Amino acid sequence: MSPETAPAASEADRPAPSLRELFVGFLSVAVVAFGGVLPIARRAVVERYKWVDSDEFTELVGLAQFLPGPNIVNLSIVIGSRFRGVPGAIAAFCGLTLAPAVFVIIAGTLFARYSDEPAVADLLSGLAAGAAGLVIAMAGRMGERLWRRPSVQGLGVVAAAFIGIAVLGLPLLWVMLGLAPVSVALAWWSLR
Amino acid sequence: MNDDSVLGQLATHFLLISLLAVGGANAVLPEMHRQVVDVAGWMTNEQFAQTFAIAQAVPGPNVLIVTLIGWHVAGPAGALVTTLAMCGPTCVLAYVVGGIWHRFRYAKWRRAIQGGLVPLTIGLIAASGFLLAQGAARSLPTALYITLTALVLLFTRISPLWMLFGGGLLGLLRLI
Repeated sequence: MSPETAPAASEADRPAPSLRELFVGFLSVAVVAFGGVLPIARRAVVERYKWVDSDEFTELVGLAQFLPGPNIVNLSIVIGSRFRGVPGAIAAFCGLTLAPAVFVIIAGTLFARYSDEPAVADLLSGLAAGAAGLVIAMAGRMGERLWRRPSVQGLGVVAAAFIGIAVLGLPLLWVMLGLAPVSVALAWWSLR
Repeated sequence: MNDDSVLGQLATHFLLISLLAVGGANAVLPEMHRQVVDVAGWMTNEQFAQTFAIAQAVPGPNVLIVTLIGWHVAGPAGALVTTLAMCGPTCVLAYVVGGIWHRFRYAKWRRAIQGGLVPLTIGLIAASGFLLAQGAARSLPTALYITLTALVLLFTRISPLWMLFGGGLLGLLRLI
């Protein structure tokens, strides 16, 4: 969490980015973002463009993760709107998504057309294996703090969510409605 | 099924999914899978795993898997509908809440919500990884490569791209 004093001082020093800069900035994040976008976004937004400082970024990521919807998209909206209101949010969002949407459709169409070719099917199966491993590693990374200081409540919620979805195949809505209040209540209680 | 009803279904599915997507697109993959493969039958299990792989191998936010699913189901209109349904409402929410959130950063309720959602998100993403692994593991060597990728990306800082391309290459050579 950011200290009370730091952001006010540093925000004043920096000129607010223009709509074009927001678009290009998020485009530059999107075109090199493989797997996890957040570390790349951090490098661009904090280190290269200096739009927000490190603490602010951590706080914005917390917000983007708390809000429903894709985290990096939420982050682009929050940063874009902070500087340029609604047009800023739209510029950042378009920078982030337009070019990659075109890439992904081209790649998808090509793969679909040649998916009967054994070589393409083999390539895709191999890619899918890598992608599955990536998601497992992501869960492991997100839990770093929890693994280091494990708590019964935290591990219990992780296990319950995993079992509900992966083992029992329950609809996500039930799992969320069942577990979110419990988990937030446990967090509230442990903050005392 | 006519086109309108398919687009309507896509919009409804992905709108609901987006509102449940606390923790991002990867946390709702099993729900997408349930809707797209099990309920609607728009894709096979394998097609879903491959679509996810393509979305990961192409640069950009990983939410773009929904664009690709929409494209697969209903062409350009489908791609537009799924992408807007997945991003539109949550963007509005992010815009509104973004302003308020900063003001309450020391409030206990805010920290409790943030803290409580972390383990939930971890469990959901782990479940996604498990189900994707089930879809992708067509042989013992594939399962080993999934495990290797997870371990390498967990314990080293190398770019995930190398492990994706490594998998693609090994697949191409029929080694996994």
